[in-house]
Amino acid sequence: MSNAEISAGSLTKKRLRLSDNVLKGLIWASTILTLAILAGIVIYVFVQGLPSLSWDFLSTAPSELKGTIGVLPMIINTLYIVVITLLISTPVGIGAAIYLSEYAKKGKLVKLIEFTTEILAGIPSIIYGLFGFVFFCTFMQLQYSIIAGALTLSIMVLPTIIRTTQESLKSVPFSYREGALGMGSTRLHTIRTILLPCALPGILSAVILSIGRIVGESAALIFTAGIGYSMPQNLLGHVSSSGATLTVQLYQYAMRGEKLGVSFGIAAVLIIIVIVINFAARMLSKRLAKKTEGVS
Amino acid sequence: MADSLIRARRTKNRMERVFEWIFLICACAAILSVVVITAYMLISGGPAVFKVGIGDFLFGTEWAPTASDPKFGILPMILASLCATFGAILIGVPIGIFTSIFLSKMAPKRAAKFLKSAVELLAGIPSVVYGLIGMIIVVPAVAAIFNLPTGACLFSAIIVLAIMILPTVISISETSIRAVPGYLEEASLGLGATKIQTIFKVVIPAARSGIITSIVLGVGRAIGETMAVIMVAGNVVNLPELFGSVRLMTTGIVMEMSYADEFHKSVLFAIGLVLFVFIMVINISVNTVLKKASKKYE
Repeated sequence: MSNAEISAGSLTKKRLRLSDNVLKGLIWASTILTLAILAGIVIYVFVQGLPSLSWDFLSTAPSELKGTIGVLPMIINTLYIVVITLLISTPVGIGAAIYLSEYAKKGKLVKLIEFTTEILAGIPSIIYGLFGFVFFCTFMQLQYSIIAGALTLSIMVLPTIIRTTQESLKSVPFSYREGALGMGSTRLHTIRTILLPCALPGILSAVILSIGRIVGESAALIFTAGIGYSMPQNLLGHVSSSGATLTVQLYQYAMRGEKLGVSFGIAAVLIIIVIVINFAARMLSKRLAKKTEGVS
Repeated sequence: MADSLIRARRTKNRMERVFEWIFLICACAAILSVVVITAYMLISGGPAVFKVGIGDFLFGTEWAPTASDPKFGILPMILASLCATFGAILIGVPIGIFTSIFLSKMAPKRAAKFLKSAVELLAGIPSVVYGLIGMIIVVPAVAAIFNLPTGACLFSAIIVLAIMILPTVISISETSIRAVPGYLEEASLGLGATKIQTIFKVVIPAARSGIITSIVLGVGRAIGETMAVIMVAGNVVNLPELFGSVRLMTTGIVMEMSYADEFHKSVLFAIGLVLFVFIMVINISVNTVLKKASKKYE
């Protein structure tokens, strides 16, 4: 074989390197492992939890007397906390995002606001729980109550709302603002009639992501909203009573090592909620992408 | 006529001004929250640290809060938190980075989409559900495989935490790998490097700061995790051993909060303060050093 033949052969032949194959194997193995873990968790929770899901489970309160172990009060408590938290944090978060992307000039204040937003996003929920306990429950004398829990969570989800809204305001083409201002519209009017409607899908997905965080939260709620499990007596008064959310109740049952079926039932409900939330957020971001596509 | 126009203009201007102020106040909510949280953590945890004595508190190995001669040494908890976090990083980071490489460089478009929603779902599962799964599957499995009387130990906590940091590591690494400009890759391929060589010798080094950010954020997530760990770690205050029951800083707070008396409670807040300091160091390093470095290719 001549030299020319060898080099021609090695040029056409794909070079195979052992280390390439090993690394490729590791990449595939890791990906498959990640998927397998997720599939394992979801399937296991559904297999264990779905059988205990029934109308009774979703529509009764836990009661020794009646012999029911439903989760209706927890569903109601979770809804209360989601609604109150969003009522507080959505306006503040949207206002902050508007200021950052429409009014603020680059400078120290903006940097500080963005920095503290990142800090808030990094604080773990147990710290929020401790803070909520001393500040809202003790200092503001709200005791263990749904309102104290919701106030604590409002701070926790603020970064999510600010950042997502900011992103969607950024994606509104600059020509829209110029057009509106050029026609004599004021800044506020432009925000109200042009920017917010355009950014709406993004804002909605911020809200949905926040719902996901609130529904999954437990450490920040156990010392603020407490572990009450009675049915609400009246609509408004319930705000000031202690109430366990689905996650907190799951934790209570699991740590006592009793009623594992109920724990898995709650876990199945939680995973279904997470799936629905992720799906909705995905749909909305697709709509936002379509809306601003082609114009820039 | 002209008069009323001017007047209308004036109220309009006033409205503009008022709303600008409202938006500014909203924007300052984040600053205010951080200040108030820091202040309250210091107020409610600080005094207890000095009362116990900084040395005895941070480096004491004995935790007996309800004894007649109470001891408040949290070294075992600090070490347990650090060991659990380190172990989770050791297992979770390689898996996460390899998966993010697959996601950004090797997966066909539809597979990438599917994988991405899988990672999002993994991120969305509440910690208590991870804890429940850990308690029912991981703990017995660890006990059976390593022949232990009980599987509620540091190792189980590490496994659960490793899974929980996966989404953080995967999504942030993926973003930073995607941000590497294509010409770097093309140049490398053009010089005759294989695809894998290009990924590991060109793309990964270029995305380094983003990948390090993902690891540091993973550390933050692991060290602050509470509810999942409390269900699998055994919760006995011990110096950390791989197969021994441990109590972390986070779980230490939750375990005793419900029955602690006044001073005991303030010591629990002091543990929270220590955790807070750890988290602040992590956050600030991410935001000042790493974020700046990762902006290189944007």
